[in-house]
Amino acid sequence: METKVIGSTDLEPFHHRSDTREILAHAKRQAEDRNYADYVIMDVDSHHSDNVSWKAVVRYIEDPVVRAAAEEYHAKVASPPYGVVNNIMYYQDVGGRIQHQAGWREPVDDTGHHADVTIIRRAIECMGLDYMVVFPTKLLDLGKHPVARTEALLAYAYNRWLVENILSVDPRIKSLLYLPISVPEESVRIVEEFSEHPGVIGFMVTSTRNKPVYDNVFMRLYATLEERGMPLAFHGGYSWGEEPVMAQMNKFMGYHLVGFVLWNLIHLINWVTNGLPERFSRLKVIWIESGLAWLPFVMQRLDNEYMRRVSEAPLLKRRPSEYIREMYFSSQPMERENLEALELTFKMINAETQLLYASDWPHWDFDLPSAIFDLPFLGEKARRNILGENALKLFNLDRPDGK
Amino acid sequence: MAEILIAPASEFEEGGCRIIVQDGLEVGVFLVGGEFHAFENECPHQGGPVCQGRLFRQVEEILGEDRSSLGERFSEDNVRIVCPWHGYEFDVKTGAHPADGRIRLRKFEVEVRGGEVFVIV
Repeated sequence: METKVIGSTDLEPFHHRSDTREILAHAKRQAEDRNYADYVIMDVDSHHSDNVSWKAVVRYIEDPVVRAAAEEYHAKVASPPYGVVNNIMYYQDVGGRIQHQAGWREPVDDTGHHADVTIIRRAIECMGLDYMVVFPTKLLDLGKHPVARTEALLAYAYNRWLVENILSVDPRIKSLLYLPISVPEESVRIVEEFSEHPGVIGFMVTSTRNKPVYDNVFMRLYATLEERGMPLAFHGGYSWGEEPVMAQMNKFMGYHLVGFVLWNLIHLINWVTNGLPERFSRLKVIWIESGLAWLPFVMQRLDNEYMRRVSEAPLLKRRPSEYIREMYFSSQPMERENLEALELTFKMINAETQLLYASDWPHWDFDLPSAIFDLPFLGEKARRNILGENALKLFNLDRPDGK
Repeated sequence: MAEILIAPASEFEEGGCRIIVQDGLEVGVFLVGGEFHAFENECPHQGGPVCQGRLFRQVEEILGEDRSSLGERFSEDNVRIVCPWHGYEFDVKTGAHPADGRIRLRKFEVEVRGGEVFVIV
């Protein structure tokens, strides 16, 4: 037997200050092994830790009184961000088992731009991406703020901060900006002001909110988005104690599983049964971070009920599932414990043209591009489309050089 | 078949780990309960660097005689390696996932000779 000597390249266990490039070293190896350089790969849903930047974000609040209060708060308190009332995200790290999920403070030496740009670039390069859509983390909870005007002020401040400090720096970093739809006229203003900005490729509603999407107050917003060719995304989320039905659950996996689907399920049903796909037929709608397993359920069940009750949805000209098949879906967290069920789901949602790869990095349930690349039932064209070609077309982005 | 000299056994602390890279192969060696266990640093779930995660004692639920839940505790005996990417847990002795034994880490034999730890690959 041959005896080998120890190499000098020992690896260290991860901790809360580990470098993205160390954490994702295996992802980089996957990218090289699978030759991602030959593919367009766009991640339509990742996150940055906006909570560490709120001291800077609140300086963009337009109202001087609210701005002063927020600056006073952040002079003393780092997190949660001013105005964010729900703070249950600290359960996501499974009690410290997933170190990069909570309290991660990765060192960055490059001071030429915001630290998040460097951290996002590290992920882009390790995962073999061409484009990465970045969303906030804590801000996903803002939609349930009891004061609509506060939501609008903070959303506008965050959007300006993001555009000026992150999206302006690297053309590979994109975002769909936060719409505070509790104040529809402010949402219209945000669409009108930021649509043309490089890096802004659409707009996003945080789904954990109780305002129905069919309300007439939103029609001008939808029309504005449609006229500008800007997609509208609904980003899933969850809540716990403030919803009595959710408060029954004592396990994170329970309210996370239900929550990330529940609000999107409600909004999607409202969207279809109120005929919004007929009223805004050119508006492209994306459902983000609800996974895929909910879709066969809602498509079958909605068709089943609609066919008996067409008079309740008079604007519809086809089965609800036919409208759903024309919507877009992000892939993560892609349930793949049963590949037969997943394959059928892909067929039902017309994944070849409608599904968009998403990582959700750096959250605990992130998916690498290999989650799509390695699916045994995908043909080469479908694989390329889902990894990036569908997103390139949907968002009308430049094809990366040489691809 | 070859063996890799990892380190003197005296350099390991109880609950400690050493992860080496040799010819592209990453191997993690753990000392738990006075025994050495070695696995490839590759999670069968999504390829994560499983050995760079943390060790946790198995969580157990305590039930009363009437089967009501009396809370949770950490196991005195069973330790799990937790993949730092997504939290998949594996028994440190067998490398098996607790809910599906077919999902398991690639395990290597460990030998301690002359006070030094070797892994057979």
